[in-house]
Amino acid sequence: MTLARHTGAAIAAAVVVWALSVSLNSFRDYQIADVAVYVVAIAGLTVLIGQSGQISLGNGAFMAVGAYATALLQMHLSWPLWALFPASAAIAAVTGVAVGTAAARLRGPYLAGATLLLAVALPSLATQFPGVFGGDQGLSVSVTAPAALGVDFPPTRWLAWINAGTALIVLILLANLARSRIGRSWRAIRDDETAAALAGLNVARLRILAFVVSAACAGLAGAMLAVYSSQVSPGAFTVTLSIALLTGAVIGGLGSLAGALWGALVIVLVPTYVTDVATSHGLSSTVAANIPVAAYGVVLIAVMLVFPDGIQGGLRRFWGLTPPAAAVPLARLNSLRRHPPASEHQEEGTT
Amino acid sequence: MNRTHRVRPPAIAAAAVVVAMIAAGCGSSSSSGSSGAATASAPGITATQILIGSHQPLTGPAAPGYSEIAPAANAYFQYVNAHGGIYGRKIKYTYLDDAYDPSKTVSDVHQLVLQDNVYAIFNGLGTPTHLAAVSFLNSSKVPDVFVASGCDCWNNPSTYPQTFGWQLDYIREGKILGSYIKQHFPGKKVGYFFQNDEFGQDGVKGLDYEIPKAQVVSRQSYVPTNVNIGPQVAALKAAGAQVVVSFSIPAFTALLKLTSLKLNYNPTLVVSDVGSDPITLGGLLEAFAKQGGTTVNGSQLTQGIITDGYLPTLGDSSNSWIALFKQVHDTYDAKAPFDGNVLYGEAVGYAFVQAMLKAGKNPTRADLVKAINGGLPQGPAMAPYAYSATDHNGITGAFIGVIRSGAIVQQGPVLVTDTSPTGAVTPFVGSEQTAPASGMP
Amino acid sequence: MREFVQFTLGGIGFGMVYAAIALSLVLIWRGTRILNYAQGAMAMLTAYIAFTVIGHTGSYWAGFAAALAAGLVLGAVIERTVIRPVESKPPLNAVVVTIGLLVFLEGLAGIIYGGQYRSFPAAFSITGLHAGPVPLGISLNDVFVAGAVLAAAAGLAVLFRYTSAGLRLRATAFNAYAARLLGVRVGRMLTLGWALAGLIGALAGVLVSPATFLYPASMDSIFVLGFTAAVIGGLDSPAGAVAGGLILGVALNYVGGYLGSNLVPIFGLAALIVILMIRPSGLFSPSTGRQV
Repeated sequence: MTLARHTGAAIAAAVVVWALSVSLNSFRDYQIADVAVYVVAIAGLTVLIGQSGQISLGNGAFMAVGAYATALLQMHLSWPLWALFPASAAIAAVTGVAVGTAAARLRGPYLAGATLLLAVALPSLATQFPGVFGGDQGLSVSVTAPAALGVDFPPTRWLAWINAGTALIVLILLANLARSRIGRSWRAIRDDETAAALAGLNVARLRILAFVVSAACAGLAGAMLAVYSSQVSPGAFTVTLSIALLTGAVIGGLGSLAGALWGALVIVLVPTYVTDVATSHGLSSTVAANIPVAAYGVVLIAVMLVFPDGIQGGLRRFWGLTPPAAAVPLARLNSLRRHPPASEHQEEGTT
Repeated sequence: MNRTHRVRPPAIAAAAVVVAMIAAGCGSSSSSGSSGAATASAPGITATQILIGSHQPLTGPAAPGYSEIAPAANAYFQYVNAHGGIYGRKIKYTYLDDAYDPSKTVSDVHQLVLQDNVYAIFNGLGTPTHLAAVSFLNSSKVPDVFVASGCDCWNNPSTYPQTFGWQLDYIREGKILGSYIKQHFPGKKVGYFFQNDEFGQDGVKGLDYEIPKAQVVSRQSYVPTNVNIGPQVAALKAAGAQVVVSFSIPAFTALLKLTSLKLNYNPTLVVSDVGSDPITLGGLLEAFAKQGGTTVNGSQLTQGIITDGYLPTLGDSSNSWIALFKQVHDTYDAKAPFDGNVLYGEAVGYAFVQAMLKAGKNPTRADLVKAINGGLPQGPAMAPYAYSATDHNGITGAFIGVIRSGAIVQQGPVLVTDTSPTGAVTPFVGSEQTAPASGMP
Repeated sequence: MREFVQFTLGGIGFGMVYAAIALSLVLIWRGTRILNYAQGAMAMLTAYIAFTVIGHTGSYWAGFAAALAAGLVLGAVIERTVIRPVESKPPLNAVVVTIGLLVFLEGLAGIIYGGQYRSFPAAFSITGLHAGPVPLGISLNDVFVAGAVLAAAAGLAVLFRYTSAGLRLRATAFNAYAARLLGVRVGRMLTLGWALAGLIGALAGVLVSPATFLYPASMDSIFVLGFTAAVIGGLDSPAGAVAGGLILGVALNYVGGYLGSNLVPIFGLAALIVILMIRPSGLFSPSTGRQV
């Protein structure tokens, strides 16, 4: 039933996207492809943070893994597109296993910090082995629309279709996962790890699994990025990317897959809009380019202080709906933590 | 049913545009001949305006210095617009920030071409960034002129017929610096200090074509993300390098100097044009020159640095080009310091205007490419352009200079060469051109 | 051998700066259980304030003092306005807020000062010192940097050990609930903790800016390595922070020297992962029992 419902929603969304792609101009098609990439990456991250309670600041690194995997597989083995995407996701998932296992004992800020360092360090592998990874200049990826669509078919529309289609499939899978036993186990670990362990859940394995799922999504997003940018290079995978993913997840609403869409729209569309407004008001281009940066920061702080449930949470409240179990009830988390910070010298919970 | 509904409005709009263009085309062809009215001959060109676009690092790691280039080019375009424009059309220059992130470059370029419908992409900055855009631009047949990067990769007329370089490429620069070192420092130990990307690696390639292998005692690379170059400089000192050739950006040239001071190491410094602008270097070093009680300015620490230059030296106020560009700068871009980046921006802007004037009154995109393929007059450059149907590299040579009292002083003639391992470095027998009195090509 | 000594001495300079950042992170962590991702950006902003004061007055020490004062004020203001609401919330909120603060401060600096690299003066001469005829490869300024950080760490230790304010700070960090019951103004102590951390961070910013030049993102990589040092040393241990900073600075200098500049962040990551796998709370923090 769940699968049917999710698939139905996805088909409806697919029709909307198709209609947009044929009626809007080529640049909008390109933006659809752009948004789809971030939807997939943010969806993976929001599942990790919102459902399993782990913070990762390094999903940009997994995107890099997926992107380079796509470029290398196409360059050396000439694999077709439908094989490249799953393969890149799988390779990123394997990396996720390695990182997740190493980080399995880490909690909270230790985990966040380790993943931050991963985001900083991984791109330098590309420049360290320029023979394999193309160094600073990177590798190129080529994607052409199938001949069946005709010679005049705009290439950006094909990119929009591939990326949007992939994003919808990923959303179906993640939605099913959230509603499954695994999703419930994740939420159990997030809400009270000790109780979950006592109830017989294998905490470490579930944490690693969440990491792997999020890494696979990021890797797939990286593959989509490689395809529609038609190149991969380390400059695209800086820490800024990982922070942007976190921003998107938080603004959209943690744990919510619809929130992944809002978050992706915000980070793709808002910065250019703000810069345009600033330049049209006569501000110098450097100042105008820095305004979105400052605004980003203000929005992050404001959202966290005022709207912790993000856009999706706000919409739910607006429509009078209570958040379903799948979304992160930060309010519920709050009620579990309403005591002042305790030091680790004390055993937790004895106040 | 719904499908036709959704498709109809844009289809009507498209039909209207086509009808308008045909009407405009009919209108211009009927009056072509003697009067030659300005028409919308290509995307981005209207009767009154030429729209060009670019991607530039306005924020992010490459912003310092490089963010001055586009406003300077725009300043020259505004000067041209105030003096009649190009066949009566004004140039509108839109440059978008890509923060030196190649995926943002792709997005910017798609926006400029698909949404803003620019006529050409002008002076796209950065090698990894522009590499991300170059295949899209060529497959969309958009002229991609005067890339702001010295990579040899823009010289590929068979694969990238729309793409042209402009500045002296790094291999040529390496050869010119290398031949100077070979001549003036025979037998001395040479060390390389270079950025670990194609800028530094191409420069080293050129150096190696000229300097005998046995002379090079140490090769140290750095990455812009790690400012701690202490170990690298220590290695150069330990190898005993008496001459250090540096293919570095200004921040790292300054760091090289500062770290050498700390290690009591005083080699002769030969620095690529990219990292040797005396004003920028002086600005970076000025806080340190005040040490030791004596009041000297930052230029004290840049004294004696050997470098190359392919544009007139900034300090030479008697040079007609410097006078022109300074006047333009003071009128249209006064907030920026009049330094190497501003000079670069104005000079490449001048080259674009030259090319557009040559492309004709109602140019198509192909006309611009054809115009550059036919060669361009030297303009402010110290050496001629290589442009031809088979060569898309730009400036072919430079002079060697020494920094004295905060300005580059030319030493000897302009030297020209090619990018091959065996092509000789020879003095340029032509002469520099003078700037036109009107300031327009 | 000569190179080895050179690398060791060279690593101490940056290592001391990492130690200072690590120390300020530990201060905040112990008090409020928050990891302040904006610590580097705060240090950058106070360094810009110093830069402006030095530019107007011509005196380095006036700027130095201004930076430290600004660090105190900035830390206190940030805690009171932006951090207080998220102190008792889940840790993710604080992560996002401090990251937002980081982004905001960098954008603000870009708007006010622009992106170009500024030349920041050093307190003392940067030319290398000699022991007789032998060049040592460090400068008087390097000695000052090391001395300043050690003095700050010692000052903090004295503060915590021998003053009543320090006692109250420690009580708040140990068990805020009980401290409140005993009459400690917990809120004020948390603000004081952040103010002190801001002070130490400002010190780090002023000490390192001559070597990195000053621009909005100049403290980013310093922060990442300072944070790594704090985690390696143990987020609960101030002495661990200083030790971690020194060890990391010197070790990464060996990596940069013997293996190449590009490998430094990778080795930093490897060191972090290895140490956290062996001791998840860091090298010097007291080991915690498993909580059930």
